Amino acid sequence: MADIATLTRSRFLLRSPGLVLSVLVVALVLGWALAPSLFTGYDPLAGIPRQKLKGPSAAHLFGTDETGRDIFARVVHGTGLSLRATVLAVLIALVAGSIIGLIAGSRGGWLDSLIMRIVDVLLAVPSILLSLALVTALGFGTTKIAVAVGVANVAHFARLMRAEVLRVRTGVYVEAARAGGVRWPGVLTRHVLPNASGPVLALAVLTFGVAVLEISSLSFLGFGAAPPAPEWGSLVAGGRAYLAVAWWMTTLPGLVIAAVVLAANRISRALEGANRGE
Amino acid sequence: MANSELLAIRGLSVSYRSVPAVRDVDLTVHSGQIVAVVGESGSGKSTTAHAVIGLLPRGGRIDTGSITYAGRSLPGLSERGWRSVRGREIALVPQDPTVSLNPVQRVGRQVAEVLLIHGTADRKTAPAQAVELLRRAGIDEPELRARQYPHELSGGLRQRVLIAAALAGRPKLIIADEPTSALDVTVQRQILDHLEELAAESGTAVLLITHDLGVAADRASRIAVMSEGHVVEEGSGGAVLAAPADPYTRRLLAAAPSLAGEPIRPPRAPGETLVSARGLTKDFSGRTAVEQVSFDIPRGRTLALVGESGSGKSTTARLLLRLETATAGTVSFDGEDITSLRGERLRLLRRRMQLVYQNPYASLNPKLTIGRIVSEPLRAFGIGDRKRRAAELLDQVALPASMLTRKPAELSGGQRQRVAIARALALRPEFVVCDEPVSALDVSVQAQILRLLADLQDELGLTYLFISHDLAVVRQIADQVGVMRAGRLLELGPADEVLRTPRHEYTQELLTAIPGSRTPEAA
Repeated sequence: MADIATLTRSRFLLRSPGLVLSVLVVALVLGWALAPSLFTGYDPLAGIPRQKLKGPSAAHLFGTDETGRDIFARVVHGTGLSLRATVLAVLIALVAGSIIGLIAGSRGGWLDSLIMRIVDVLLAVPSILLSLALVTALGFGTTKIAVAVGVANVAHFARLMRAEVLRVRTGVYVEAARAGGVRWPGVLTRHVLPNASGPVLALAVLTFGVAVLEISSLSFLGFGAAPPAPEWGSLVAGGRAYLAVAWWMTTLPGLVIAAVVLAANRISRALEGANRGE
Repeated sequence: MANSELLAIRGLSVSYRSVPAVRDVDLTVHSGQIVAVVGESGSGKSTTAHAVIGLLPRGGRIDTGSITYAGRSLPGLSERGWRSVRGREIALVPQDPTVSLNPVQRVGRQVAEVLLIHGTADRKTAPAQAVELLRRAGIDEPELRARQYPHELSGGLRQRVLIAAALAGRPKLIIADEPTSALDVTVQRQILDHLEELAAESGTAVLLITHDLGVAADRASRIAVMSEGHVVEEGSGGAVLAAPADPYTRRLLAAAPSLAGEPIRPPRAPGETLVSARGLTKDFSGRTAVEQVSFDIPRGRTLALVGESGSGKSTTARLLLRLETATAGTVSFDGEDITSLRGERLRLLRRRMQLVYQNPYASLNPKLTIGRIVSEPLRAFGIGDRKRRAAELLDQVALPASMLTRKPAELSGGQRQRVAIARALALRPEFVVCDEPVSALDVSVQAQILRLLADLQDELGLTYLFISHDLAVVRQIADQVGVMRAGRLLELGPADEVLRTPRHEYTQELLTAIPGSRTPEAA
């Protein structure tokens, strides 16, 4: 049995090279975030003026910027901040959205209607616009843009979680638990939540990609960390002035962002498929 | 015409990802003949049918053997070749009418579509011909029905729509895969009568796939019994049932509940009342589901409520358990009026009354282990030493303690139902409602579960409310029987009396609709 299982698993991996690549991309980026100095020997903040505006080469994979800093080093060292903001944003959206959706779906009645109308309004506003408004009110800084992006994505989670809870709540085993005398909190945590969480977790991974993009956008607009601390979005923004002479300053950090977003989408789709029992 | 060989299966073996499902099966269908393939789930009967029409699920493969239809070999056909066979020569009536129709299309259009595909009608004539086909499939007011959507039709009507779609290509062979197992007995009888008539009148052969020996006995001129991928016995209908040669057929016959067989235990006289309902009525937004139902269930006895779907029997049970609240009338339990009990007092009452659901696939949380499922009610009431009690409960329902760490998906239907019974017994309740506890199970498993329920009743002094659509099952276990239709309790009395000398004509109709009753001496 075990042989067959490993055989089908390896065949499955061969059949979906995109998924394997996506996981590798995410793993690599996580590595950058956790131990940046393992991946690059250059200092992300101190530049060597003699080396400024050099194109990609073996010495400088992503080239150098106007003060001679290695861009690859800045991307690698910026990963920590960018990813921390992303993870925080997703967590805020996931936890708050799930709780709101759980309450709406399990209580029903007027509370459900009220919450869902508010969610409708939030969904009607593009989330990047909502994040912009929030971050303007909150002020500057990586944590604050994370909160802004997180709150702007709460509505999606609330909507999905509510739908899942409504589906699971009518399940026979949920009623069986209630008939067995289990109180509502027990029913929710042991029966409803585990069975409703699959699609919500897939959405979380998908939102990870969206959040990377939104956080980069906000940091591109200058709401993020104060310079010279590197962040993905601000790296792209920093290269804008030199677009004509140094394409690599915007393109390569931009490609990193794109790769992470695509990888997150691919993984999310695989999770969704697994939920459907493929 | 009636004697030419239409379909010949010789030495057929089918496997799924190299796990054999069908081994060395021989089967012959002559035109105009009804041949039944009988077997329990996993016996390979559906796989055989799907191999014939070239619709094996992914991973399924014909390893050896031949399937010849009217002189043509089927397995090697190209996609185009299949298109000229499917529907026009061989049609399939699928098992589940609820999922086999497109929910967003009117049924008339779905039948007309088949006509268009086969080129037997053009866009102008197809709607009228579809209506005619619906009429031939035995649907009243076909013009009206053709304009309705599947969800507006009952299960029986949906099955007829599928039959109409199957007839559209004027096939010479209809494969009916459990065409009636999801339907009520009286509806089942009408549909099978109709299939039989169609076969006789147009010379169409029917390959009837069923788990129900009674159905096969009533309808088929030849019966093939399948078990574990083999045909264990094949012969003319009467011969197989009257003198089964194979031990498996004999076991299947013995397990099949029938009115002729002996009940598990003779009905007993009533004693002191535990649960009583008086004038119970339940309205669901204007529609009355239960109307003025009154009965008493004596302690330690079994009352069976019998009725077809929509008769209000399940709602009645839910009212007793207080999973629903009655619109009018009272429920009392052990002398206490519980009709409007709420909150913590209701929760405490749940210790004394439990429910076993119909579908053991839906009633167990797929994410929890069997141990957690069984001990959950104990946890809810803070009862200690749950591990030991869970093992004890599994032992009571004859499951090994090693099951405790498994998940529901790893268990068979019968094992799952045992787990559901163990969970219901966890709090040592006095009153257990069994809502169609065996209707999702194979007959041989049914017999085991019924035996288990009877033994548990003797051992623990349980009181049962047993809900079933199947009079034959009810007779095995009930002390008293109530017959329900359209929310009313038509007849109530001791089991022997109701089942042997029914007073109400509906009860008589139900009794005669039981499959297998045409040949009582064989069953």
